[in-house]
Amino acid sequence: MRKMIEGSRAVAEAVGLCRPGVISAYPITPQTHIVEELSQMVADGETDAEYVRVESEHSAASVCLGAVAAGTRAYSATTSQGMMLMAEVLYNIAGMRLPMVITGVNRALSAPLSIWNDQQDTMAIRDSGWIQLYAENNQEVLDMHIQAYKIAEDDRVLLPVMVCMDGFVLTHTYETVDVPTQEQVDAFLPPYDPLYKLDPADPYTLGAFAGPEMYQEVRYQIQQDALGAKEVVKEVARDFQAAFGRWYGDVLDTYRCEDAETIYVAMGSVIGTMKDWCDARREEGGKAGVLKLRCFRPFPQDELRAALARAKRVVVLEKAITVGGHGILAAEVRAALYGQRETPPVHGAVAGLGGRDITFETLDEVRHRAEAGEADFFAGLRRAVVEAM
Amino acid sequence: MTATAKKPRRKPPLGIITRPGSSLRNKTGPWGILRPVFDWEKCTGCNTCETICPEGCVRHLEKKQYEADYEYCKGCGMCAAACPFGAIAMREEHR
Amino acid sequence: MAATAFTYEGTRGFLPGHRACAGCGQAAAVRIVMEVAGPNVIAANATGCLEVFSTPHPESAWGVPWIHSLFENHPAVASGIEAALKVQGKIGDVRVLCFGGDGATLDIGFGALSGMFERGHDVAYFCMDNEAYMNTGVQRSGSTPFAAATTTSPAGRRSFGEDRPKKDLPAIAAAHGIPYVATASMSYFADLRRKTKKALETRGAKYVQVHVPCPPGWGYDEKNSVEIGKLAVDCGMYPLVEWENGEVVRVRKIKPIPVEDYLKPQRRFRHLFRGEAGKAQIAKIQELADANIKKYGLAE
Repeated sequence: MRKMIEGSRAVAEAVGLCRPGVISAYPITPQTHIVEELSQMVADGETDAEYVRVESEHSAASVCLGAVAAGTRAYSATTSQGMMLMAEVLYNIAGMRLPMVITGVNRALSAPLSIWNDQQDTMAIRDSGWIQLYAENNQEVLDMHIQAYKIAEDDRVLLPVMVCMDGFVLTHTYETVDVPTQEQVDAFLPPYDPLYKLDPADPYTLGAFAGPEMYQEVRYQIQQDALGAKEVVKEVARDFQAAFGRWYGDVLDTYRCEDAETIYVAMGSVIGTMKDWCDARREEGGKAGVLKLRCFRPFPQDELRAALARAKRVVVLEKAITVGGHGILAAEVRAALYGQRETPPVHGAVAGLGGRDITFETLDEVRHRAEAGEADFFAGLRRAVVEAM
Repeated sequence: MTATAKKPRRKPPLGIITRPGSSLRNKTGPWGILRPVFDWEKCTGCNTCETICPEGCVRHLEKKQYEADYEYCKGCGMCAAACPFGAIAMREEHR
Repeated sequence: MAATAFTYEGTRGFLPGHRACAGCGQAAAVRIVMEVAGPNVIAANATGCLEVFSTPHPESAWGVPWIHSLFENHPAVASGIEAALKVQGKIGDVRVLCFGGDGATLDIGFGALSGMFERGHDVAYFCMDNEAYMNTGVQRSGSTPFAAATTTSPAGRRSFGEDRPKKDLPAIAAAHGIPYVATASMSYFADLRRKTKKALETRGAKYVQVHVPCPPGWGYDEKNSVEIGKLAVDCGMYPLVEWENGEVVRVRKIKPIPVEDYLKPQRRFRHLFRGEAGKAQIAKIQELADANIKKYGLAE
């Protein structure tokens, strides 16, 4: 059914359709509308779940951990400082191989305090073992949650999935979305069938400590399964298209890249702006293309290489930075292209931090500076402010 | 594990689950050099020794016939010290 | 040697072969609690002595379903398990237990514990109180009693040990208005059994704080764990009290003995017995014990 709803509402409806048994919620802007919508759905009996109003994000993730360990599908959402606070629990959940879905609403990290959008928060979790998918628009956000549970609970994966969506840009904007029916989702996503769980009928110990003689092998296996999850991400994307008729690419998607000389790489909602800008470039005669990276973890090295094979220049645009290094995505793209006989120059532009808009002007600046040979730079800085520092 | 799986499921990932009671393979008996010896004549069957043993390796066969499982007994002496009737003595064990 | 082999498998929730120190009060207390609890339980456990000595993979001393996640989130994990059991319709049959040491309970897990109490989850929380971070080497916690020496509150030329009184977590738990709160001692095991049973039969959030003597941490001969625990209760330093819905309903009466009888056998208080300055601290400790006796009406 097509509705014009807020992005947060689209998330809530998608999550409701996935039939979580336990929802834990701690409020933090700009995630709040998601948990508020779910709360109303539970209060009205539309969604049959235990809604746990926890006292911190650390506990929000831990409640989900306990619920999934006991054999019930669980959900939570967070952003920014909340993501940082629950960080150790996120590592723990992935390490314990407990499948669940958390919406990572993308927001800048303090300090300074900022409630506005960038991707530093979910980037900070990239080492944790969570599968991370980035959505471009609200329809994709909605569909991605349904795909996420299917990916996480697959025996080949057994890793939690984070659906990343830009805060305010997607959470607080109204778009027309097609909401599937409960029957459609039930046919696509069966009930959670745990491989093992806490049950007096068949008791297990979960979370024993590992000595040096086996820890490394455990982590090796997690790495193997995480890398193998790439195929499951692709498979689920194909199955979703067959069942629901919508496609967003699997691990990545390309726009006008077939004959592109310069390919611009990014993740999330900025892709929409970049596609429009790309069309404007093409009007001017520039051979630009856009590569939307959808699956950041596991990182699809082979697919990226193939998509960038004929590019003469690659420009990575990201809303994150590793302070003291360069762009995070830029570094990973460079690493993915390393070792080939011919590698195009890869430029890294950091933009859009703390909610700074990325406009056509920003993208023009990015293009000019890359063409002038700059390797890594901040785009869209306010000149007067920088000069007065 | 689920009893109604239609296709065979994977093995649980390494190190994620540990079998209940697998500690029983770890015989802690060799830890200590003292062993409790029970005087059934003095015993009143109060069950203090069986209750407070940290290992849970003291049991009674009949009401006043207590013994320790030396495979797990660490020789801490708590049973002997706690016995209100002096019915347990700690003896050095020579193996 | 035993005439017939001992059988353990399938008979109990906490089994031998764990790596607790010889004479460990906590292992004894957990065994007692698990005997009362039976097989139809799920336990969430914080990082600490109990978790470490009971679950070195691939060994586990637990016969019931058990989970360890992190140091400070076990009340939230237990909350999640309880919520899942509600969804599964099993909450009446299967009980949720939560174990944490004093560090996990009073300090790092305090927020999560309070959240669990405030939301009223049907979980029985057992704090195994050995009065310091024992697993990491006897560092001071919020539960360390006044003037006790630990490795981070050592006695020295300018210090007589821990300079703060013990955080009164049972009172804080009771202030949440939860249906049942109790303090107990490994040494008074019939009392501990009764309180465990009461906690498991009560619906809602329950808190039982169990004093568990620790031979290496407190510094006494391991065989004397039961005796030391009794002295703590009998001198008024560890009152055994029960609260229901925030009100004191029952106390265990004592014939008070001087605190010195309890302090003297322990290395962690030995520094108080050298010189005049130590005597002043002992007097302060006696005041604390007297205050407990008065507050709860402990004297027979």
